[in-house]
Amino acid sequence: MTFESPHIRVKDLNVHIGDHHILKNICLDIPDKKITSFIGPSGCGKTTLLKTFNRLLDRDKEVRVSGEVLLDGEDIYGRQVEVTSMRRKMGLLSQRPFPLPMSIYDNIAYGPRIHGTRKKKELNQSVEYHLRATGLWEEVKDRLNSPATSLSIGQQQRLCLARGLAVEPEIILGDEPTSALDPLSTQRIEELFLQLKDKYTIVLVTHILRQARRVSDYIVFIYMGEIVEFGPTEELLLNPKEKLTREYVKGYIS
Amino acid sequence: MVLATTIIVGSLVMILWTITVRGIRSLNWDMVSKVPEGGFYIGKGGGLLNAIIGSVYITMGATLLGLLISIPVVLYINIYARKDSWLATVARFTFDVSFGIPSIVYGAFGFTIMVYFGLRASLLAGIITVTLVIIPILARAMDEVIRRTPGELSDATYSLGATRWETSKVFLRQSLPGIMTAILLSSGRAIGDAASVLFTAGYTDSIPASLGQPAATLPLAIFFQLSSPIQEVQDRAYAAALILTVIVLIISLGSKYFSKKLSKNKI
Ligand SMILES: Nc1ncnc2c1ncn2[C@@H]1O[C@H](COP(=O)(O)OP(=O)(O)O)[C@@H](O)[C@H]1O
Ligand SMILES: [Mg+2]
Repeated sequence: MTFESPHIRVKDLNVHIGDHHILKNICLDIPDKKITSFIGPSGCGKTTLLKTFNRLLDRDKEVRVSGEVLLDGEDIYGRQVEVTSMRRKMGLLSQRPFPLPMSIYDNIAYGPRIHGTRKKKELNQSVEYHLRATGLWEEVKDRLNSPATSLSIGQQQRLCLARGLAVEPEIILGDEPTSALDPLSTQRIEELFLQLKDKYTIVLVTHILRQARRVSDYIVFIYMGEIVEFGPTEELLLNPKEKLTREYVKGYIS
Repeated sequence: MVLATTIIVGSLVMILWTITVRGIRSLNWDMVSKVPEGGFYIGKGGGLLNAIIGSVYITMGATLLGLLISIPVVLYINIYARKDSWLATVARFTFDVSFGIPSIVYGAFGFTIMVYFGLRASLLAGIITVTLVIIPILARAMDEVIRRTPGELSDATYSLGATRWETSKVFLRQSLPGIMTAILLSSGRAIGDAASVLFTAGYTDSIPASLGQPAATLPLAIFFQLSSPIQEVQDRAYAAALILTVIVLIISLGSKYFSKKLSKNKI
């Protein structure tokens, strides 16, 4: 599937780690302001693909990435790309929430601070705004100076989301962001994603097909480092074109 | 296992018992508040303040200098260099080897350098030599903590657009309790080590007023007085040992307290 002007376009992407060919000839368009889910069995390369989008991968010596990842048409692996400002355009939610070792307030203010916001008033506004955006404000407004680790896991994940939003990204990358959470917290994150897609392009790795069905507009099915099928959610789940997809979807849904 | 535990606990108790019983006899306020007076070494008045201050100076100086050197190295091999780069491998191998070198070798090395530059035994030379002794301890302990920090932390900072330097600062904060433990380990070693300061810091009855002057240390105070034939002076060696033990105890309880406090807050 291709789009007119995708937010991210992946062209002939190959990733090798050591001798292993992890991602094979990936071509993929991620549409603007939609939720696109990556599904597939564990170890198929979903996390790896997600991390190539903001170059979190090429810090390892063993890793070789070839091909192109175009962000609004510009190759992020290009020579003149400034990696830090490119990364800022994408917020990342990891499998386990990982608050920075500082207070709730400082977690949110961290991003704006390293990008040069010094004024107390602006920081306060940003912290409040993004805590409200993730529904945390009422829960934490009286203990902004407590360590972030004092929050529950579900709250920590929303804090990490707020922290990522505070640098004003265009894209949210979620790597199974609800896998450590209880059902209620999971539901809150899913609701947040549905609200946020008005403003952000969202890429969500998930191993829960039901979740993919509930939140995503498009689904990418990955198997052994290759994209098997890419299509609108209902179509891919209910009417898969490929035999592999059909088997995978059946095995999980029924 | 019970036997082994008994032997360990038993010998610790016996050590503490011996130095307390023999040291307490000559331990008085003069001992910790005065420098040796004339005839101190044949049993007359004065105290060990010179050695206490000297030891504290050397320990603090070496710990600070050691941190100043090992923190950048540890950050470099963990955050700046690519994983498993040859430089990181070489650095870790170096720490391991230099960790195993006995401190008398560092002392001899420091002495050779001093002779080469025509310097005499001094506080500065002592600090530098002890720094060499503790760098592997500091660096290995800190490397261990930073390496164990989950990759999610750097994923988080990098995806917020942080540079490696900004990421390093977050790692240091995250590792603060571990760094405190490293400081404790190394300062315990620094204050108790006699062999490295023997030729390099020298010994003197006065409190060093500058880095260029020689400095007395508690381990050497013990060594010199214990070799005296006079009973009273020998007892003073035990008093010095008692003071040294108490200082080490304070350092270790203090840093336990701090790291507990820090990890509770998880800052
Ligand atoms: N640092 C690494 N070194 C070696 N192999 C790796 C590394 N990271 C991931 N892999 C391998 O890459 C494949 C894809 O991993 P991953 O992207 O994490 O899969 P998924 O997220 O779909 O479970 C797996 O086979 C995994 O073993
Ligand atoms: Mg994964």
